[in-house]
Amino acid sequence: MNSEEIAIQAKDFSAWYGEFKVLKNINIEVPTKHVTAIIGPSGCGKTTFVRCINRLHELTPGAKVSGDLMLYEKNIYHSDPMKIRRTIGMVFQRPNPFPTMTIAGNVMAGYSLNSIRLKSSDYRDILEDSLRKAALWDEVKDKLNKFGSELSGGQQQRLCIARAIASKPKVILFDEPCSALDPIATGKIEELIRELKSQYTIIIVTHNMQQAGRVADYTAFFMLGELIEFDQTEKVFTNPAKSLTEDYITGRFG
Amino acid sequence: MFYMRSDKVFKIVLLVFGFLILFFSIGIFIQLSSSAWLSIKQNGVSFLFKSVWDPNKDVYGALPFLIGTFITALLSVFLSLPLSIGTSLFLSDYVKGNFSNIISSLIDLLASIPSVVYGLWGLFMLVPYIRILENWLFKYAGFIPLFNSKPYGVGILSATVVLLIMILPYSISVIKEVLKMVPDDLKEAGYALGANKWEVMQKIVLPYIKSGIFAGTGLSLGRALGETMAVTMVIGNRNAVPTSLFDPANTLASVIANEFYEASSASHVSSLIYLALILFVFSFLVNFTMQLILRKINTGMIKK
Amino acid sequence: MRKIKNLIMTVMISLATLICLIPLFLLLYYVIKMGISSINLDFFIKNPKPMGEIGGGMLNSIVGTLIVLGMASLIGIPFGLATGIYLAENKGTKLAEWVRLSTEVLVGIPSIVIGILVYSWVVKTMNTFSAFAGSIALTIIMIPLLARSTEEVLLMVPNTLKEAAFALGASRWNTQRMIVMKTAMGGIISAILSSIGRIAGETAPLLFTAFGNQFFSTKLFRPISTLPIQIFTYARSPNVVQNKMAWAGALLLVSMVLLLNFSAKWISQALVKRSKN
Repeated sequence: MNSEEIAIQAKDFSAWYGEFKVLKNINIEVPTKHVTAIIGPSGCGKTTFVRCINRLHELTPGAKVSGDLMLYEKNIYHSDPMKIRRTIGMVFQRPNPFPTMTIAGNVMAGYSLNSIRLKSSDYRDILEDSLRKAALWDEVKDKLNKFGSELSGGQQQRLCIARAIASKPKVILFDEPCSALDPIATGKIEELIRELKSQYTIIIVTHNMQQAGRVADYTAFFMLGELIEFDQTEKVFTNPAKSLTEDYITGRFG
Repeated sequence: MFYMRSDKVFKIVLLVFGFLILFFSIGIFIQLSSSAWLSIKQNGVSFLFKSVWDPNKDVYGALPFLIGTFITALLSVFLSLPLSIGTSLFLSDYVKGNFSNIISSLIDLLASIPSVVYGLWGLFMLVPYIRILENWLFKYAGFIPLFNSKPYGVGILSATVVLLIMILPYSISVIKEVLKMVPDDLKEAGYALGANKWEVMQKIVLPYIKSGIFAGTGLSLGRALGETMAVTMVIGNRNAVPTSLFDPANTLASVIANEFYEASSASHVSSLIYLALILFVFSFLVNFTMQLILRKINTGMIKK
Repeated sequence: MRKIKNLIMTVMISLATLICLIPLFLLLYYVIKMGISSINLDFFIKNPKPMGEIGGGMLNSIVGTLIVLGMASLIGIPFGLATGIYLAENKGTKLAEWVRLSTEVLVGIPSIVIGILVYSWVVKTMNTFSAFAGSIALTIIMIPLLARSTEEVLLMVPNTLKEAAFALGASRWNTQRMIVMKTAMGGIISAILSSIGRIAGETAPLLFTAFGNQFFSTKLFRPISTLPIQIFTYARSPNVVQNKMAWAGALLLVSMVLLLNFSAKWISQALVKRSKN
């Protein structure tokens, strides 16, 4: 399809909840250091797909997978899941800072939760760097020891982004990160995502096609557990190859 | 690798505790059966139907205690029913907010007061009044078989009243939980049709929570069956089949509490443990059934 | 007619509530009235006098209760918490369902049966009644209570927090310890306090285990006096002085239990308020 380096590659990848097959033989190559959006009607498996990438899916009782999922040509499912999750950050639908931790504690949770001790200078550096990258530093630098629950919804979500960045991941997954936010907060998060792609491979699940158009370089369209179409965003939205895609983006269903 | 190892340890430790609990409940049954074995061999099943319990003559029959247990338990549960249903309705539909919460916590307090304190209070404060009531009933209604024995104060009636007070908070808390599951739109539909409060309660709410009331009553029955100290202190401790509500008697639990530490012969000890086994089986059956019913109610509501 | 019926039922239902509350007030009133006169310094610092003599206190029972409760909590709290965590972590699996059912059954077992059981297991094996045996009996009552309430508060922790921790590469153990338990800490403390409150007043399981002791003892493997047993003994005594002691003991025991319950409730409510902000 193109000559970009591949960050994540799925080969005949399927996933189940009990007997129900949620993902059907997905083949996709996600290019590195770009934003890839996954769109599709609800229940199409888009969230399940990103949860398979960082192996959260398997924590649900009865969940299973088959096929291969590669991260820079290393099989995700042949690696230590905890290491994989540290390499692949995730931002969830609703902001979920840890209520028992301070703002600083939240950003650095990836280290404390893995019992990794840092030199205090390293700690400061990573903390500041992550908050700066998440465009939150100026707003919280004076209240790093306050609880995260004091922040607004949009700030909390950026705090969660800083938390994901702090672990120095290669890939960051966003699972409908703006669905609980107002338009202004949404705008800030989208701007942030566009900035982050210079350093990270980003996959964003969204039910909002305008959002995909605004932030994504590539777009994948999922329906009923199948990957219908995957291409450059502009192409998917202006000149889709499949009629199903066209029906969806023109709003004829879903 | 440290993380993986601590996770494995974590999982195994939890599993061990889970298994321990599981084995424990089976272990109880085995231990009681083996300790009671001597008496089971000697008396067999007819133990349940023999009406004489006389350790001095080495004769053991459980009938007086079975009757004592079931009369006090069933009677107190039966009498508590209107009170607990009424109170639950009051708390869920008749008053709101803080007031309801305060009364709820007061009723919860009833459950936290130690059994031995109920017994003390019952023995010194309740029994004298019950004796007056009994004397009055004996004088004017003595022709009724239930009231035709000489009143002592301590006895079946006193035990029933104390039990009644003690089980109230248990049935109320279960019924309150089920009342929460009654969908508001059902009630609103009732009001919209012009029904008044009581009619909505009677025609819509009560039928909806029938099985919940049953489960709540059953759980309090389980409580009443095994209640020991308070009953021991007010029931009069007589090892004979009671013939009236005024008779002193004994329950399975109270006779064990009274005689176990002074029992010297092996057959006496073993017969008391036989009683404990019977008590265990009964309360197990009652609790098990009620938990299953409650679980059905819960899952059924979720599906709706 | 319908209106009258409605009114009557409203009155009846309110009356039912009132009737449920009356015994509580009567009981508290009598315990305070009868007990307060015997509560003085001697009550806390002196041991009982032989029957017939005036004076003395319940020091041996107070210390005994604290020892037995302390030891029971020492074993019961970790065990109960672990079982509760097990139930919450494995919700939905067959084995966990069985374990949950056994905790429910254990909660329903009459406490006197637990007493008999510990008599067979501990007292007969060690050939003596003991504080230790009493603690074991109370522990057995505490574990299923604590396990169930722990499970309940752990399940109230939003799943998204656990997922966030997993997504950062945390192990199950660290997630449980640093996220779930911390978030639920208020609920856990309150569960612990109310389970101690529950076993503090238990009498029947101590009858044939801790047994009782007229004298002061702190030995773990000797019979020991406890407040509930002492109240029971004094209540049935023909001696008026001892009857009065029973009321004083009851007042102390009820205050202890209520204090534990109130602090449990207060902690959980304070935390609900905090989490709502």
